[in-house]
Amino acid sequence: MEIRPILASLSKHRIPTVLIVLEIALTCAVLCNAVFMIGQRVSAIRLPNAIDEHSLSMVGLSGTDEKTAGSDIPRNLAALRGIPGVQAAGAISTLPLSHNNWGWSFGTSPDVSVFDKKTVNFSLFFLGEGADKALGLRLLEGRFFNADDYADSSFGSAPLPETHVTLVTHSIAERMWPGQSALGKTYYTTSHYYTVVGVIADVLRPNIDGPGEAANYYSAFFPMSAEGSKGNLRRYVLSSAPGDRDRVMRAAEQKLDELNPNGVTKSAIYSDMRDQYFADMRSMAWMLVLVCVVMLAVTAFGIVGLTSFWVGQRRQQIGIRRAVGASRSHILQYFQTENFLLSGAGVVLGMSLAYGINLYLMRHYEITRMPWYYLPVSAIALWVLGQLAVLGPALRAANVPPVVATRSA
Amino acid sequence: MFTYYLDLARRSLRRTPVLTGLMVLAIGLGIGASMTMLTVLHVMTDDPMPGRSAQLYTPHLDPLPLDHKRRGDGPDPTADLTWPDAMALLAARRGVRQAAMAGGSLLLRPERAGLRPFYVAGRYATADFFALFGVPFERGGGWSAAADAADAQVVVLSDALARKLFGAGNAVGQTVHLGEHDFRVIGVTADWAPKPLFYADQTGTQYSDADLFFLPLSVAVSQKFQVSGNQSGWGKGDSMSLTSANMSWLQFWVQLDTPAQVAAYRQYLVDYSAQQKALGRFQRPPTNAKLYGLMGWLAHENLVPNDVDLQLWLALGFLFVCMLNIVALLLAKFLRRGGEISVRRALGARRRDIFVQLGIESALIGVAGGVLGLAIAQLGLWSIRQRPDDYARLAQMDVPMLLGTLALAVVASVLAGLLPSWRACRVAPALQLKTM
Repeated sequence: MEIRPILASLSKHRIPTVLIVLEIALTCAVLCNAVFMIGQRVSAIRLPNAIDEHSLSMVGLSGTDEKTAGSDIPRNLAALRGIPGVQAAGAISTLPLSHNNWGWSFGTSPDVSVFDKKTVNFSLFFLGEGADKALGLRLLEGRFFNADDYADSSFGSAPLPETHVTLVTHSIAERMWPGQSALGKTYYTTSHYYTVVGVIADVLRPNIDGPGEAANYYSAFFPMSAEGSKGNLRRYVLSSAPGDRDRVMRAAEQKLDELNPNGVTKSAIYSDMRDQYFADMRSMAWMLVLVCVVMLAVTAFGIVGLTSFWVGQRRQQIGIRRAVGASRSHILQYFQTENFLLSGAGVVLGMSLAYGINLYLMRHYEITRMPWYYLPVSAIALWVLGQLAVLGPALRAANVPPVVATRSA
Repeated sequence: MFTYYLDLARRSLRRTPVLTGLMVLAIGLGIGASMTMLTVLHVMTDDPMPGRSAQLYTPHLDPLPLDHKRRGDGPDPTADLTWPDAMALLAARRGVRQAAMAGGSLLLRPERAGLRPFYVAGRYATADFFALFGVPFERGGGWSAAADAADAQVVVLSDALARKLFGAGNAVGQTVHLGEHDFRVIGVTADWAPKPLFYADQTGTQYSDADLFFLPLSVAVSQKFQVSGNQSGWGKGDSMSLTSANMSWLQFWVQLDTPAQVAAYRQYLVDYSAQQKALGRFQRPPTNAKLYGLMGWLAHENLVPNDVDLQLWLALGFLFVCMLNIVALLLAKFLRRGGEISVRRALGARRRDIFVQLGIESALIGVAGGVLGLAIAQLGLWSIRQRPDDYARLAQMDVPMLLGTLALAVVASVLAGLLPSWRACRVAPALQLKTM
């Protein structure tokens, strides 16, 4: 296909040509960034979390007297374990993605202070006996807490647990002691220290930042006795077959209401809690998808509209070309090639614009660098879109009969 | 002439219904998306206390030690006041009115049969709170400064909570069991919740929160009630006591009516800081003390989430794509009418006349697009109201935004029509007429 006549013709319609190229470029730039943001949200929504998310339900209990927790919690747990279908039950302070965060910063040497920049912020989870099994934590190294660990742990006046053992996630182990085994290592804060007895697979924190951050998994677990819990073991977690969760959760809530007439219960299935956490991200992702689709449609209509007008304008020239021997496919190819060139110029400009927008967003919002492959992928998408959009008007052009050449415009 | 041009425009648009439809649709979609997001931003940055916000100020001190390092992601400890500072500012009475406050969530045990205990969010405040913010009362009223000093166990309920607890009857004089203590109800507020809840701690969801009860701050402190919101401590080994001089957790607002009062209060804050520094309690320069106006404070806090910002940019980018689209289509359309334009020119129409005629045609597309855009924006706002976000329920269009939508549509389409009209009115009539 000869492209010189096409370029000659386009240079006659310089302004519409520039406009359509600009439109394609802008669409390409916005599309790249929007698709990237959608991808970021989707990967956040799908972040793995090493607990048995699909068998877990939870009942929160508050408003009860902290002083009798030592007998209340074992009694409540015994009743919960008696519910048919409950495979394991335990009390815990908070859950991943529950927004209920208890953070503290620790370092690897005994002389750290809270304000030290080198410390790392962890989310603290306090486990009552049996909660590790109910959550379905997966041990990678070492051991879970034993009965002595639980019995020896309590809260004093400090906002940190009085115990010396801890479980950490794989991500904490990698961050604090890269390349070494974390087992037996100790981490410190001003007044307390904790020794790692086990490393578990990565569990998400109650609040997370964004996908790709190792800090999302800085969760540390501590044993806690019922009597010493000072009102911090308020969530009962239950594991059951996924089909039983609804029934088990309702039965558990009823049971706890009966046993604790002064208490306030609130129950949820864990997968619903997780959905809830990501609800606004999900709605943002859908809204981005909608804008992308509508914008592509507008651009496609723009191409259809403009090409239709050019076809109408050039009916006589097309007729002449047909009369002097051009076949239908030649005419079709002419418009397709023209669109290919326009889209090509548009996406080249658009890719650099997309990159620029990404740099701007990185500086002003919490957005990471866009991986390079987003650029060619959206470029190809726009190319395909252009070819599809031009097909209708181009076919109409190809159907112009040669006899038009003999008529006046 | 105007009506004639209007008629011409109508005829011309009708001659190409598909193209006209595409242009109207494009401007409608662009305007609809932009106005949806502009409306969200507009309601989120709106004045929560119209008529009163200009007199409301919040003082901020810097009691942090010199070696204190703030973590990048953590909340700002100087956004709130410590108990001793708040009490000193309160006792100084330098403003027309002033109040210290903090949020709290307490367990409420209803006496009414059939109601289980539940948690309820409210505010611990000092006596002037109600007069300072002009809280409307349905029955009764607030408490006095004397009640603050005496730790009186009194409470003001919101009308929603009063109705839930006591039905249609008079709640004033009744007793409420709140946070395991008995409180006597002395007032019921009318429906009142500023959006955002500007006086609350910045960690909350300020667009959907409302206070359901109000009780004296002194009682909350003496009963050690739980405080919601950020509590930043910086003392070494100091207990997390609410009255500690090394923990900030209180919000403070003051009413200042004249610029002179504002200047005097600003000076007072610096003097107070200097005095505390002389006493050895403060270590940083006294000029770190700040006084924000209400709108200034909201701007400083920047409550608008990044997602809303990004969505606005996206919508504006989309509008720009739509406009480019319309420019291209109008250009094609106008240039194709070279013959018609040349005939008019030959019959004596000036370039300016052609320009105006084509401008009116663009504006007509804008009006149609604006109406469509308004419908799309309403649909967009409806869909935002269905979303789970904190601000979702606020997404409603008011009259200025409604008129703004139409204006933006017409301006956008006239702008889009400028270049095509200019090109079209410059065709050479003789050349065109010859080819006809």
